Amino acid sequence: MADLSVKKGGGSKGEGAFRAWFGEKQNKVLLLLIALFAALYFIPFSSPKVSGAVNEAFLLLQDYVREHVLLCLVPAFFIAGAIMVFLNQQAVIKYLGPQAPKPVAYGVAAVSGTILAVCSCTVLPLFKGIYKKGSGIGPATAFLYSGPAINILAIILTAKVLGWQLGVARAVGAVVFAVLIGIFMALIFRKEDRQRATNGAMFQHAADDEERGLGKTGIYLLSMIGILVFLNWAAPAEGAGAVWRFLFRWKYLITGGFAALLLYTLIAWFKKDELKSWAGATKDFALQILPLLFIGVLVAGFLLGRPGHTALIPEKWIAGLVGSNSILSNFIASIAGAFMYFATLTEVPIMQGLIGAGMAKGPALALLLAGPSMSLPSLLVIGGELGFKKTAVYVGLVVAMATVTGLLYGTFVG
Amino acid sequence: MKIQVLGSGCPKCKALERNVQEAVANLSAEAEVVKVTDMDDIIDMGVMITPALGIDGDIKIAGKVATVGEIEELIRSGA
Repeated sequence: MADLSVKKGGGSKGEGAFRAWFGEKQNKVLLLLIALFAALYFIPFSSPKVSGAVNEAFLLLQDYVREHVLLCLVPAFFIAGAIMVFLNQQAVIKYLGPQAPKPVAYGVAAVSGTILAVCSCTVLPLFKGIYKKGSGIGPATAFLYSGPAINILAIILTAKVLGWQLGVARAVGAVVFAVLIGIFMALIFRKEDRQRATNGAMFQHAADDEERGLGKTGIYLLSMIGILVFLNWAAPAEGAGAVWRFLFRWKYLITGGFAALLLYTLIAWFKKDELKSWAGATKDFALQILPLLFIGVLVAGFLLGRPGHTALIPEKWIAGLVGSNSILSNFIASIAGAFMYFATLTEVPIMQGLIGAGMAKGPALALLLAGPSMSLPSLLVIGGELGFKKTAVYVGLVVAMATVTGLLYGTFVG
Repeated sequence: MKIQVLGSGCPKCKALERNVQEAVANLSAEAEVVKVTDMDDIIDMGVMITPALGIDGDIKIAGKVATVGEIEELIRSGA
């Protein structure tokens, strides 16, 4: 999220001095060092429980580095970079203006997160723009909800680590949720929504000269998605159909075919400058996301361990809270997800740990649906924009729908 | 000339600011570089995808980090 600092009115002189001291970068580092020192001093590393948990943390991290980063995340970073650099975001935004037909606005708002929200710092200004100047509170909340949830990196990693069923359920759930939540919000607050000063000019799209047609960009993106999908093609289950066995047997050859196609598109259709900015955007994603993900994996491993192994938190607790597919389990998972803060993608190792420790499939989906879109800090920012009442309704809608969806998924799929 | 860098402080906005400073220094142009960080001000200027670059109140480039070369071009054509 963008700027999370909450404005406070009229601080005293002492507070100002304190903040000035804290604002100094070196002082922040000093505080961090003191905290690290205290942790190293007091944590009982020699107790078998803690040393076991530390071991689990690094085993889980190694698992990610070996299994997921190279084959799955690295291609995904290239795809995200390509979306960011080569897809025209302004062309999407025109469907979210005040004159856009409402059904189109809702649909575009719900799916455009894949293109527009590749960087979390763009979500909030877009939300504000759509809410105040564009097609109003409905599409704005639809976008706000779905943006982080259908982020392409998040969907890919969910499908790879937690299984494609949960990945698909997450993507579809997020889009359907976004539309429903948007429509509810627009219905509940329709009076206020009419008194806005819209600005259609902001959403106009100056048809600028496209370098390639959309078709060529599509083939280029498709070849990368093909590489990603077939590189990670899982071994078929016992007794699976001939098609699946065939695809698995030749997966590296198929991957090579897509790679050749990608190479061709790069040489034939792209200029050197464009390739450079693509590489730059890809690098930015990796730098932004990998450190946080690694820390998240370590924390998840330390607390929850790998699937089938116990770390610091006893599995009994988790199984007791969210181990069944009851209404209460789903509700607890939804509430926890709504207020917990997940840095980008860290929800995946945490979910893996929870599922490994006995969390049922229904509550897992409920947490994934309520979780990454909302957190306490982002709710504070949204509250500042929408006011307490609208924010409370928004949270209530998300939690209620996540609970019901988790319940249904757990009953029919899990 | 007034060059405005719009963005709430994400890494890309800082990258854009660096590029602007470099372009101004390269041309030794008489330009004042202003940062616009308030989200409402940014929206009122008609920008929703940051970072963006404005010259004398006109938005020139939005949604990407403009390269030093592009910014030099803009400064030359504006001056």
